[in-house]
Amino acid sequence: MLVDPAVVERVLGSALSRGGDFAEVFVEDRRAIGASLDDGRVEELSSGRDRGAGVRVVVGETTGYAHTADLSESGLLLAAEAAAAVARQEGGTRTVALSPSEPTRPYDVTIFPEDVEKARKIELLARADDAARSAGSAITQVSAGYGDSRRRILVANSDGVLVSDDQVRSRFSVSCVAMGDTGMQTGFESAAFTVGFELFDTVDVEEIAAAAARRALSKLSARPAPSGEVPIVLASGSGGILFHEACGHGLEADHIAKDASVYVGQVGSQVASPLVTLVDDGTIAREWGTFAVDDEGRPAQRNVLIEDGILTDYMWDYLRARQEGRHSSGNGRRQSYRDLPMVRMTNTFLVDGESDPEELLAQTPHGVYVAKLGGGQVNTTTGDFVFGTVEAYLIENGRLTEPLRDANLIGNGPETLRRIDAVANDFATSPGTCGKDGQSVPVGTGQPTLRITGVTIGGTAGE
Amino acid sequence: MSDSPNGAASVDQLLTIVTRIAEQARPGEELEVYASRGVETDVRAYGGEIEQLSSASSAGVGIRVVSDQRQGFAYAGTLDEGAIAETLAEARDNATFATPDEFLGLARPDDVAPASLDLWDDALSSLPTSAKVDMALELERRVRGGDPRVRQVDAADYGDMAAESAIATSTGITATARRTICSLSVSAIAGEGTDSQTGVGFSAGRGPGDIDADHAAADAIKRATRMIGASKVKSGRCVVVLDSRVTSTLLSVISSALSGEAVTKGRSIFAGRVDEEVACPLVTIVDDPTDVRAFGASTHDAEGLACRRNVLVDAGILRHFVFDTTSARRAGTASTASAVRGGYATTPTAGCRALLLSPGPLGVDEILAQVGEGFFVQSVTGVHSGVNPVSGDFSVGAEGLMIRGGVLAEPVREGTIASTLQRMLQEIIHVGSDIEWLPGLAAGQTLAVDGMVLSGA
Repeated sequence: MLVDPAVVERVLGSALSRGGDFAEVFVEDRRAIGASLDDGRVEELSSGRDRGAGVRVVVGETTGYAHTADLSESGLLLAAEAAAAVARQEGGTRTVALSPSEPTRPYDVTIFPEDVEKARKIELLARADDAARSAGSAITQVSAGYGDSRRRILVANSDGVLVSDDQVRSRFSVSCVAMGDTGMQTGFESAAFTVGFELFDTVDVEEIAAAAARRALSKLSARPAPSGEVPIVLASGSGGILFHEACGHGLEADHIAKDASVYVGQVGSQVASPLVTLVDDGTIAREWGTFAVDDEGRPAQRNVLIEDGILTDYMWDYLRARQEGRHSSGNGRRQSYRDLPMVRMTNTFLVDGESDPEELLAQTPHGVYVAKLGGGQVNTTTGDFVFGTVEAYLIENGRLTEPLRDANLIGNGPETLRRIDAVANDFATSPGTCGKDGQSVPVGTGQPTLRITGVTIGGTAGE
Repeated sequence: MSDSPNGAASVDQLLTIVTRIAEQARPGEELEVYASRGVETDVRAYGGEIEQLSSASSAGVGIRVVSDQRQGFAYAGTLDEGAIAETLAEARDNATFATPDEFLGLARPDDVAPASLDLWDDALSSLPTSAKVDMALELERRVRGGDPRVRQVDAADYGDMAAESAIATSTGITATARRTICSLSVSAIAGEGTDSQTGVGFSAGRGPGDIDADHAAADAIKRATRMIGASKVKSGRCVVVLDSRVTSTLLSVISSALSGEAVTKGRSIFAGRVDEEVACPLVTIVDDPTDVRAFGASTHDAEGLACRRNVLVDAGILRHFVFDTTSARRAGTASTASAVRGGYATTPTAGCRALLLSPGPLGVDEILAQVGEGFFVQSVTGVHSGVNPVSGDFSVGAEGLMIRGGVLAEPVREGTIASTLQRMLQEIIHVGSDIEWLPGLAAGQTLAVDGMVLSGA
């Protein structure tokens, strides 16, 4: 236990001493190591530790929050007092009795990162550098990054919840620059999972490096992307970010509660093509957005958001669920103990359809094939979203022809989801970092190969 | 020990801590110790009530060790003495795993004196929480009551922070810095029928006296309401006029290509182009952290050198990059005192703090009148995914208004604008006189760029 449960009970009691409907203590101890190689050199090995606790008090519709890096009882009591300042009643003590629970662990780490010598982590970087540079003499620059973190949390609240989680994550990434006649191009590839160092038993850093290098090299001969509306084929695992942006954010209950989403009042309605079944699932072993309990102490669960094109439910955190008299869906997350939790996605993905991916492509006379997406962004109120390609090809007569330079695609969530006319059976995932209201959390995304009949692509060709 | 910055005595205490650690450098070893602490208050109003009130304080230390031409780094989110000692040991251990790099090294004192800048407003520390709460509530009220088409205010926020830092090195650097920031920001949703549009307004300054709820509210309302009825536009090449906030975002992207770190590693469109023409003659770009109006203003850089004014592009000619100590050595030049860091948990790197384009003669209305026909960009999305400072490819989502007959006309949504950074810099046709300092590392100004491709239906 990060903090003695008896102390936590007293802190919760103090947090409610001025009234208040709900109090919560969130304790976090996070250790992280990052190593980077750039320009042929291991530039830096960095390690650190951040430890602290946040206390939340909810009174009616108002939330008070305070945090501290001081985990002693006096430090926690000071934070409780500050958080309770939003409550107006006079003195008095409240008793909170905690009932500890043991969550189901989605995965058992076999090699904890702290048990692995730093030299072994560094060695991965040099291997990736060699592999990327051997992909072609046009590769002029390589950077590689290794990172692991172990985040232990304890969550307790005035409903009696007392639960802990131990989240271990490992990641590896390579980014390359290639130089050609028309200038420089970049390529990036990463692997990131909620696992320990055993990640490298199944993930080959040379393959990651080769993929990043290939991506940069392929774009050296790329032509500008088209401009205007075109059919799009998204390769399997290339970017479930499309669904994360096109509808995931709009299905977060906080946006719904404030009428700031195009999906308000749409439960039970057809919001997507019947080929679309969208799931958010924090329980999938190893995935980047996976955990045993969320940052409000609620076990992760599998939530079907859209089934055969019909909107079935939103995603909920404690606060939004409470306002609707229901339970959280295990989507209450926060970046660190310094932040209030809010509704966040975990691993959000489109499930397999029935088409064959090769046939799907062959049956697309013209369009753009997106082999890899970069980041994206959405305005939940209008539903308009963008996402960037980092590897894309022109489709002509059902075949991939020329590589295209990077461009953003823009669409409207509900409109785009209705335009999905083929979904293949080759599901794959990819990791991402989701930013909302200044907080970043790891998320998983995934999707099989699929086709959208029309999306606006922002290239410079064909005007 | 207090966790909160509360004046000159407090920052001196921080300096004492870092100096004491830096003095522990072993022979042949260089040590840099950076410590910071800050307090923040954030208030969010919603529906006439306080939705969230959070008060936060944080403190931490980051230690960089250079020995045998190798660098190691470690950090801890506390100023606890025992934790700092562990951090030092960890940084030393980490250094043994790096590859030797002859250019590595910490800053050494140079003869530039720090500017005298007042970046701290004492009024903030005496402002009671109830006054902050009132400001957030008042902001929400003004937006809700400001226009009948406003349907919702999904966030009305008051935020402030007071932060201080100290740095000491075994190479003779000692420096302290402190600053306050106070801001209001509000997001309005306006609509008619089934159409909803959003607009964000804000106001920021060093203290409560600098922020203006009317300005923030009017800005949010204007931006949301003028987008009502927006539709997609036909694709084509046109002149694009960027709103000052969009220009600030564009400059931030360009700044990463002006970083000496990126340049020395061949990761910039500007690599190898010093003294060449990289932009049209209207373009002069200066990074001046000694300009007190800039939110990135600072007396010292993240390695403890006095900040100074650096001219990067002069009348279209690329003159210089921004360097920290290591990238400067690699390039065979001196640091421009442009080390920046994201806080105690990261190492310094070269970056800009206060970019400004030399203003032209015209304000926004005159620029629109001169342009005649084109597209005015109110906001952009997907900048982190759609702009590549290495290749220069530029493609972002955009919404705004068409320019017809020299004035703003019908609203446009779900468009993209595309070009390359290289081409955009050559095709700038107006730099606005309307300088607006915004939180971030670049000022905002209206900017007109020719030859961009607008994509829509």
